[in-house]
Amino acid sequence: MDHLLKTPLYPAYGEYGAKIVDFAGWALPLQFEGILPEHHAVREAAGMFDVSHMGEVEVTGKDALFYLNRLLSNDITRIKDYQVQYNIMLNENGGAVDDVLAYRYSDQHFLVIVNAANRIKDVQWMKEHAQGYQVTVNDSSDDVAQLALQGPKAIDIMKAIIGEAAEQIRFFRFSDSIRIKGVSCLISRTGYTGEDGFEIYLKPDHAADVWRYLLEIGKEYGLKPAGLGCRDTLRFEACLPLYGHELAEDITPLEAGLGSFVKLEKQNFIGKQALAKQVESGVSRKLTGFEMTDRGIARGGYEIRKDGKKAGYVTTGYFAPTLGKNLGLALIDAGFSGPGNGIEVVIRGKSVHGVTVETPFYKKKYKK
Amino acid sequence: MKVLENLYYSKDHEWVRAEGGRALIGITDHAQLGLGDVVYVELPEEGAEFQAGDAIGVVESVKAASDVYTPVSGKVLRVNEELIDSPERINEDPYGSWLAELEITDENELEGLLSPEKYKALCLEEA
Repeated sequence: MDHLLKTPLYPAYGEYGAKIVDFAGWALPLQFEGILPEHHAVREAAGMFDVSHMGEVEVTGKDALFYLNRLLSNDITRIKDYQVQYNIMLNENGGAVDDVLAYRYSDQHFLVIVNAANRIKDVQWMKEHAQGYQVTVNDSSDDVAQLALQGPKAIDIMKAIIGEAAEQIRFFRFSDSIRIKGVSCLISRTGYTGEDGFEIYLKPDHAADVWRYLLEIGKEYGLKPAGLGCRDTLRFEACLPLYGHELAEDITPLEAGLGSFVKLEKQNFIGKQALAKQVESGVSRKLTGFEMTDRGIARGGYEIRKDGKKAGYVTTGYFAPTLGKNLGLALIDAGFSGPGNGIEVVIRGKSVHGVTVETPFYKKKYKK
Repeated sequence: MKVLENLYYSKDHEWVRAEGGRALIGITDHAQLGLGDVVYVELPEEGAEFQAGDAIGVVESVKAASDVYTPVSGKVLRVNEELIDSPERINEDPYGSWLAELEITDENELEGLLSPEKYKALCLEEA
């Protein structure tokens, strides 16, 4: 563990029985009590994740709005102060540099949340493309801890802690004037589980105390500490993309079924030409959900065949705990990406049958 | 972490209960703790023959698939069908959840397996 990066909450992990693994060079909990109980807790009550490894990039200056609108796929001029927007940061080929959340304080001040594994790459990309704009790009990740409180009971727990102010934080909005135990927090109604919930950003110094406090208050509501293991099974069931699997430098948001987050009608942005061409010619491969019909679990990387011929590969696959079935997401030839197509998944050298299905597997329970 | 006295162990964390020329094979408490929640098992075919060290099945947790190797050579007499519908039994009762019963080809192979003490020592070493 010595060579791994540690979040400000690392000292507290042992108190909760964390099983720690290396994730993108960070020592993070894979699980506490177990992936299945934590997954069920998030769906039925609440779970809390340490996501301090994520990156936070401050973008400030006169040209901040214009600059970001060039860098990102969605139309960021559409959001108001204290609103959050999901975006894909694109390369010139229309592929994804990363998928991010952009928080707008004002048209001259944004906070961009990036994936931990891409932080260095993203900051470099953002700084390179800031040339010629009156904008400052600052990586403030080392100064920010982040917790995610997710589940149907998250709102009740938040109310127990900050009162009615919790109800004022609406879906994909944030407040930066909240204090928890005297600690200043930015709190957004966002998350990566398909459940209602909050993401809490705060300075590292007292983050471990806030973590312990939240778990203490949340206990009577069924709140459990939750790790990376169930974070992946939860987002998978809700069909939320994971960079490196459903999105990558060579996977476009159109291939990944994220076209609604790409606004081709906006003025020139990086990747616009490439994506416009892809809309015209149609995508050759598409992200599709499938269900196993024979015994077997499909996993990321496994080959997909159609009538014996190679047709794609699994991007993520699991035994889905809430749905109780073996499911998967795959990038397959656009020809049979609609639901109801029989496919074969190659598991340990054998072809095992599955069928394409509608997505999402699990309908999101956001409080909009 | 439990280690039972009347069993033989392999360095790949399988256990063997040998009696009257037959052997029940399963995975140890250490193994199931390392795997996490088991959600799927693949069992061998009845009548299949294996050499010691061959992969005879697969145990899958939420995160990963893990091969199970037979510590002894033999022919599969029967498999534990209960684990197909209830793979979590392996977590709940690893020493009671045998995967397959083999007719042992060579009793001498048991000598080459680990005693409970040697297996406990191995687990401490790996920690």
